[in-house]
Amino acid sequence: MAIFKLQINGRAYQADVESDTPLLWVLRDNLGLVGTKYGCGIAQCGACTVHLNGEATRSCVLPVSAVGKSKVTTIEGLSPTGTHPVQVAWDKVDVPQCGYCQAGQIMTAAALLKRNPKPTQTEIDDTMTGNLCRCGTYHRIREAVKLASESTATSSTPSKTSKTK
Amino acid sequence: MAEELDADWTKVVVEQAPLDTKKFERQVAGGSGSIPHSWKRLRTAGATARQMLLDAAAKRWNVSASECITSKGVVMHKASKRQLSYGELATEAAQLPVPSDVKLKEIKDFNLIGSVVKNVDNPKIITGKPLFGLDFYRDGMLFAMIQRPAFGYKLKSLNAATAKAMSGIVDVVTFDNNVAVVGKSTWQVKKAKDALKIEWEKADALESTADHNKLFKEMLDGSNATVRRKDGDVETAFKNAAKVVKAEYQCPFLPHNPLEPMNFFAHVRPDGVELVGPTQTPELARNETAKLLGISPDKVSVQLTRMGGGFGRRLKADYVIEAVQVSKLVNAPVKLIWSREDDMTGGSYRPAVRYRFEAALDAQGNMIGYKLRGASINAGNATREDNFPSGAVDNLLIDSVDHKSPITTGPWRAPITNFLAFAEQAFIDEVAQAAGKDPVQFRLELLNKAKQKPVGAIKYDIDRMKGVIELAAEKSGWGKKKGADGKPIAQGFSVYFSHRSYVAQVGEVVMQKGKPVLQKVYSAADCGVVINQSGAQQQVRGCVVDGIGHAMYGSITFKDGVPQQKNFNEYRLIRLNEIPEIEVHFVQNEIEPTGLGEPSLPPAGAAVANAIFKATGKRLRSQPFIEQEEFKGVS
Repeated sequence: MAIFKLQINGRAYQADVESDTPLLWVLRDNLGLVGTKYGCGIAQCGACTVHLNGEATRSCVLPVSAVGKSKVTTIEGLSPTGTHPVQVAWDKVDVPQCGYCQAGQIMTAAALLKRNPKPTQTEIDDTMTGNLCRCGTYHRIREAVKLASESTATSSTPSKTSKTK
Repeated sequence: MAEELDADWTKVVVEQAPLDTKKFERQVAGGSGSIPHSWKRLRTAGATARQMLLDAAAKRWNVSASECITSKGVVMHKASKRQLSYGELATEAAQLPVPSDVKLKEIKDFNLIGSVVKNVDNPKIITGKPLFGLDFYRDGMLFAMIQRPAFGYKLKSLNAATAKAMSGIVDVVTFDNNVAVVGKSTWQVKKAKDALKIEWEKADALESTADHNKLFKEMLDGSNATVRRKDGDVETAFKNAAKVVKAEYQCPFLPHNPLEPMNFFAHVRPDGVELVGPTQTPELARNETAKLLGISPDKVSVQLTRMGGGFGRRLKADYVIEAVQVSKLVNAPVKLIWSREDDMTGGSYRPAVRYRFEAALDAQGNMIGYKLRGASINAGNATREDNFPSGAVDNLLIDSVDHKSPITTGPWRAPITNFLAFAEQAFIDEVAQAAGKDPVQFRLELLNKAKQKPVGAIKYDIDRMKGVIELAAEKSGWGKKKGADGKPIAQGFSVYFSHRSYVAQVGEVVMQKGKPVLQKVYSAADCGVVINQSGAQQQVRGCVVDGIGHAMYGSITFKDGVPQQKNFNEYRLIRLNEIPEIEVHFVQNEIEPTGLGEPSLPPAGAAVANAIFKATGKRLRSQPFIEQEEFKGVS
């Protein structure tokens, strides 16, 4: 056991855990941040997706000792009031069915839009394919990411070709 | 309830009730039964409360109730425009006698029913609030994971010395051939579980998928089948046939794989048991707990969390009972957690089946004889003998034979029909082809025959089935649709009645680099009145995705009783880049609503297989399709 100091959602946390404990279980069992979900434990389903310095990361295979000074963002910190454009789009399109995978889906989508505010359909599909949804809400996931990308557009005359290769 | 109450939906809060068998009749999420069960009951409750609020307002204003109206949580006196909110009236209304004969609204007067209503838990889901079973934590609670034997094994010896010495581990206990590790965090418990040294020994047959494949042939050829339905004289019909069509169809075992694995919280105390978690059948969980501990069911409380998927897996209470056993053995509150590997290897699978079909055609291409035998492993009767085309064929024999296996099975979304529909609707496509008839016309002819000259009992509604067939054919441009190249699009048809609803689907396949790709599915459902357009649309889409996903990719196999797929790196679930476009249509009618959680799943497999036949000329008769010749080289 060792003490790990973590920067999560703009706050300082510390946890006394074994160094190989995945960040997922530190968040859930030690810090009470249960929005990040366990689905497979081997980085296959994406339910555990968080941001590490803004990048989508699978927290179920990330040992807490590897987090270091990286800034962690979880679904609870994406926007505490649910007003991040991706969250707004998720509600508007009514994406969740059982809802279990959706925090991971939202975090994956938010990281995509941060990196690439106007992704093409193919870019959306390629990114979101990493996250499983057992209820099959994929059509609405696709629609919501697109809606969020439209609402985050800053330019008043968005060019369809400016972001595509 | 809100519709009949004339409540303001923006102010409605939906809360999950704990199990209460005195107050509620059916706290079960299964069998697509929630809507049909609650339709009249909840409306009557809402209408009754509305009448009492109306009466309370009329009494206060000293006017006749007929002079008052209700809207959005308010009672208004029409003439004077005086208003009182339901909240202001609730206490007085509760003192009034409960009317016994309230009038329910006409369907045309609905405001809320039939509109788009979003998931009431969206705000919590999208901000990551604790909702699910795994999100439940209690101070002082311990975590537990269990190592269970594979199918046909029992516990021979256990060396838990290493595991017990590991950090955070409180105890290692055994019960019913299971070894439970109990500790202070999920990760510590998981690591200690991996460090257990266990020897298992054979206790029953150790079955492999290869054995099952041989067994299916024996069962199909044997004479042990139980007759389920017999109409006319099948032997003579086949003797007189101008043409006979024969085919066999097979489906593998499937795990449910809800994304939230099995879990439950249990605290066994001297004065009773507290249970908290995700279950489709809280009453079963309570009753099995009471039976296990030899206590009265009223000593067991069950609080329900949101479920991260069920698909039938949570209709069983095995994982609840495990949590109870562990809590009792360690005398502490315990949250039992199944890993993904535990969930996928822990049994209760969709059974494996093989069907043999034979159809006799006369010289005009009429189906004069039909035989179906279902051979299954732990499925009981793998047929639904009164389903279409029963009733439309003069000479018919349906029988089934089942093998009892140590590999456990259980209800899996649309039990039996989730594979039977694929087999029946793909075979009928083969028969139509042999008869030289259009698959849609062939089905309609059979239904007309069933209507005009029914054979034996008919337990489906012929007109409703025809209705969805015609709607799907119309919306998909059946038989007429052409692609951009001017050539006809390869379409496959399927229709099924299950869980009280009717669904027809058309799949469309295009060839890309010589391989079939499912591009679009049209779905037409008759589930009676559609209550929530958003939920209903998603139930249909989700069912189609589920149906085609498992038909394409799903399979769990066994070697000497040991499941060979343990996690999503070995077991393939459909992903976002593999879904077709899905167009959803509903028959508009005023029939009392039936379920939608399952009925759109069964027809999906055959809609795909029949479209692939159109595109490739090859029949897909075994699932998963990805393992068949047509998909060789496809990733």
